[in-house]
Amino acid sequence: MPPHPRPLSPHLGIYRWQIGNTLSILHRLTGIALALGLVALCYWLISLATGEESFRAAERLFASPVGLVFLSGWTFAFLYHLLNGVRHLFWDLGLGFERRERHASGWFAVLGSIALTICVWAVLWRGRL
Amino acid sequence: MRLRSPLGQVLGTGSAKEGSARWWAERLSAVALIPLTLWFLFSLLLLPELDYLTVHTWLSVPLSGFLAVLLVAVLTYHSYLGTMVVVEDYVHAMGAKLFLLLLLRFSYVLCGGASVFAILRIAFGS
Repeated sequence: MPPHPRPLSPHLGIYRWQIGNTLSILHRLTGIALALGLVALCYWLISLATGEESFRAAERLFASPVGLVFLSGWTFAFLYHLLNGVRHLFWDLGLGFERRERHASGWFAVLGSIALTICVWAVLWRGRL
Repeated sequence: MRLRSPLGQVLGTGSAKEGSARWWAERLSAVALIPLTLWFLFSLLLLPELDYLTVHTWLSVPLSGFLAVLLVAVLTYHSYLGTMVVVEDYVHAMGAKLFLLLLLRFSYVLCGGASVFAILRIAFGS
């Protein structure tokens, strides 16, 4: 620690929570969650390559209550990261920077990913019954 | 207004002291992942069952195996780029940062390599 700490520019704590920064943080969090999901995908593929017994074991793990919480979390994380990622790609092209556009696309990403998560699981449950 | 010096422009430097190559790699892998992940999601949802035989048969089709290898490879790469930025943003101690970055690289090569090997084993039979 230096004797006279240098002044720092205001960081996250100073800003009011609003849709812009919240969704930006959520994008990063879902990205980290999906990185962990990659390990699950790897395990699932290995179990499939190993044989029917190990695939069944993986199936049991994923179908357990904790497994289902993780799977639905990853479904939402993926769909949100996808929709918000497309939002970022539009920004990279210089499009959609107006306040109203930013808010509309942000809510579209949030509500769209929630709706699509429900759709995915509705299809999965219907297949089970 | 141009804030970049001509030399900086040629060297591709910025505030991150690095070229813009990684920025491009992030966007391009992101664009590639849109069709790849959607293909994977819809394929799984359209399968009549998600039991061993159905999923195994589906992945042994050459096109499925090929796309699955591409998916896992690009997914691993994109995820590596993303988590690398997270470590660089929040871990400032030199030793811990270097350790985590190396750990990430090893983990991703391990995880991606194992996934690709699993798909190839399914595709070509064990």
